[in-house]
Amino acid sequence: MSNILVLLETRDGSLRPASLEALGAARKTVDELGGGTVTALSYEAFDADAALLGAAGADNVLIAGAAQHSAEGAAATCTRVAKELGSVAVLLAASVRGKDLTARIAAGLETGCVPDCTAITVADGRMVFTRPIYAGKGMLNARVSGAVAVASLRGNFFAAASRDAAAEIGETSAEASKSVVREVAAKSGGRPDVAEANIVVAGGRGMGDADNWAMLEAIADQLPGAAIGASRAVVDSGIRSHSEQVGQTGKTVAPELYIAAGISGAIQHLAGMNNSKCIVAINKDADAPIFTAATYGIVGDINEVLPVLAEELSKLQN
Amino acid sequence: MKIITCVKRVPATTTRVVIDASTKSLDPTGVEFLLNPYDEFAVEQALQVAAAHEGSTVTAISLGNAAAQKELRTVLAMGADDAVLLTNDLALDADVTTTARILAEAIRGREFDLLFFGKQAVDNDAHGVGPAVATMLGVPCLTEVVKFELDGDKVICEREVEGGREILESPLPCAITCQKGLNEPRYANLKGIMKAKKKPLEITEVDLGAPALEVIDLLPPADRPAGRIIGEGAAAVAELVDALRNEAKVL
Ligand SMILES: Cc1cc2nc3c(=O)[nH]c(=O)nc-3n(C[C@H](O)[C@H](O)[C@H](O)COP(=O)(O)OP(=O)(O)OC[C@H]3O[C@@H](n4cnc5c(N)ncnc54)[C@H](O)[C@@H]3O)c2cc1C
Ligand SMILES: Nc1ncnc2c1ncn2[C@@H]1O[C@H](COP(=O)(O)O)[C@@H](O)[C@H]1O
Repeated sequence: MSNILVLLETRDGSLRPASLEALGAARKTVDELGGGTVTALSYEAFDADAALLGAAGADNVLIAGAAQHSAEGAAATCTRVAKELGSVAVLLAASVRGKDLTARIAAGLETGCVPDCTAITVADGRMVFTRPIYAGKGMLNARVSGAVAVASLRGNFFAAASRDAAAEIGETSAEASKSVVREVAAKSGGRPDVAEANIVVAGGRGMGDADNWAMLEAIADQLPGAAIGASRAVVDSGIRSHSEQVGQTGKTVAPELYIAAGISGAIQHLAGMNNSKCIVAINKDADAPIFTAATYGIVGDINEVLPVLAEELSKLQN
Repeated sequence: MKIITCVKRVPATTTRVVIDASTKSLDPTGVEFLLNPYDEFAVEQALQVAAAHEGSTVTAISLGNAAAQKELRTVLAMGADDAVLLTNDLALDADVTTTARILAEAIRGREFDLLFFGKQAVDNDAHGVGPAVATMLGVPCLTEVVKFELDGDKVICEREVEGGREILESPLPCAITCQKGLNEPRYANLKGIMKAKKKPLEITEVDLGAPALEVIDLLPPADRPAGRIIGEGAAAVAELVDALRNEAKVL
């Protein structure tokens, strides 16, 4: 009987959606290892929904009840609980906080970690983790040498389970931390974060002036749940915020639909989005590399194409 | 202040990746290597803190192959006081936990107030070595920092997370991993390059020990199914929307 521990991520008392994907991955892996339990752990206090967490894959939930997030505290708590349970794996979302925690937990457990994993398989009773390296130009398959593996999971690569089971909710203690989060300022604006959205409408240098971005906003307005993304060229020029940067050194996204307008498709940009299910490229240069990654392409000027696209989409909404 | 900054030699991100099946790694033939871009922010921050506190020292440490002396000379030319190369032929492929263990062992014997890292090394994008070293040394670590302020014996930093911004505070000593936007890294000028030649660069052979990860293979990514160009200009939009709805079924 194996145990897999999933460290949940919450913000303002609500669960981040990527945590449910991690629970699904844990459930599937435990089942493939021959059965066992999935334990969800929350470092921060939150009002856990037993039905939601159970359905996603958790058998039980431990809440450490800390008043605030702390990477140090969360990692130390997770390390202790993984030891107590004798877990064979610790899984968590590869968010900014998750990436921060992964290597700490592995260090605490004196074992290896696989950050930003895109697949977990079981072969000969052992877990094999897949992750992209070299800007997505290589896929590494690896096993962890220690008795427990730690992996963070890239968003949209794993699915929550859909079980008819409620998780049992319990408590554990929270480890202390020397560093603290003094303040969390929520981003203004109603759109979801680019890393968590199902639809991303992204622009590059070819969008031209900041004013032109109203055309992309208009398209996002027609697509419920859409987020705005940007290439690094645009972020570097100060037109869009860093939080919107997609790519190897920005956010990695894999939405259902990714629209790339005026983006050339540099390898570092592709590394962040080429696992999107459907990619639409709009670029005036028919030879732009983005077209090699695109599912559908339109060769044309954004000033001409985007307003018409917004209009066609609005027809669909009505 | 005693400041240590950890830097890595990495292949340029534009490298055409040829996989060497025997080493299960990148074939380095003809590949351009450079200082990890995020480590430039780390070095710059270290130098700025040192400049503001008289009597400070900045030491650069790297785990790398013998060729990584080049990147350490760059850091010395930027202004670091001395450098340490922990060397092993296979060092650049070491996993996060192993890399962190060796760096932590090297740092443990030294006095330090601040440790600076890049937020990620652009070869394996792990975002992990900084937080792992800090955990092993028992000091706090603030990651992906875009603003850094030293207020007496505490550090106040800012970072962006999904959907928001966090303000983090830590006592010294602590570790910081640096994100783009933190500062504008300086270039090594000719004077710096000349001075760097005379600065101490200590080279120590290290044993990597047992790896924490066992690499099974490294494969090229699966090709994306070929897409199609729908057409040109605004006239193609109606057909695009139809394809998104009825073919890809994403609307
Ligand atoms: C270490 C490193 C990390 C990096 N990380 C990232 C990253 O995370 N994310 C990222 O995006 N980049 C990253 N980059 C930068 C990357 O190499 C490219 O420079 C960048 O992606 C280019 O952005 P772009 O496509 O918007 O601009 P450009 O390459 O300038 O392309 C603009 C495109 O717009 C088209 N265009 C122009 N006008 C119009 C018009 N009116 N209508 C339609 N099309 C038009 C042009 O044909 C062109 O294809 C990184 C680089 C390095 C070295
Ligand atoms: N071999 C190494 N030697 C020195 N520092 C390293 C090494 N590998 C990683 N680092 C540091 O850790 C940071 C994050 O690397 P990574 O966790 O591999 O993404 C880098 O920006 C460096 O500051």
